[in-house]
Amino acid sequence: MNGLLLPLALFLLLNLLAAMVRVVRGPTAADRLLAALLFGTTGVAVLLLLAYAGGGPGLVDAALVFALLAAITGAAFAQRAWRREKGESEHERY
Amino acid sequence: MNAIDVLSDLFLIIGAAFFLAGTIGLLRFPDVYTRLHALAKVDNLGLGFTLLGLLFRVEDVASGLKLVLIWLLVLAASTAVSFLIARRARRRGIAYWQAERQP
Repeated sequence: MNGLLLPLALFLLLNLLAAMVRVVRGPTAADRLLAALLFGTTGVAVLLLLAYAGGGPGLVDAALVFALLAAITGAAFAQRAWRREKGESEHERY
Repeated sequence: MNAIDVLSDLFLIIGAAFFLAGTIGLLRFPDVYTRLHALAKVDNLGLGFTLLGLLFRVEDVASGLKLVLIWLLVLAASTAVSFLIARRARRRGIAYWQAERQP
């Protein structure tokens, strides 16, 4: 009864491919970070689907670490990396 | 194919549909605040329904609890990060999207 898990994982990977457009276009750094957070959540889902499609229980632990790292990434971005005040230099360099 | 498998497949498909909706929202919404909304749908409902579908397939209680733990962690992280990004974007003066005025 694993017939659906692998096609769904492939479908989520195609979603990620479509979301790359937002990384390329996104006008601010926050839009690119939102795409990165989407990659994190979708990667967690893909890892879990693969774990139950026969990949073994180790992938569940990997998914847990992915979720944790996505949270740290978002918090570090908002609190540290994106902190430069408006008015100093308006153009986005990243 | 018994009822458990049907329910599991149904929830997995609903979760994948929310992932698709969130991706489309991230591509189509006009500013960073509305894109946060699309990302919240992915984090809460997409991953939630996917894990609910997988919960019908677990063998023992410990692995099921681990799935629930992942979902709770993603819920809390999504909420906190959305708040931080929205506040930072507002302080940097990123304009809200407004509909074009009708002439």
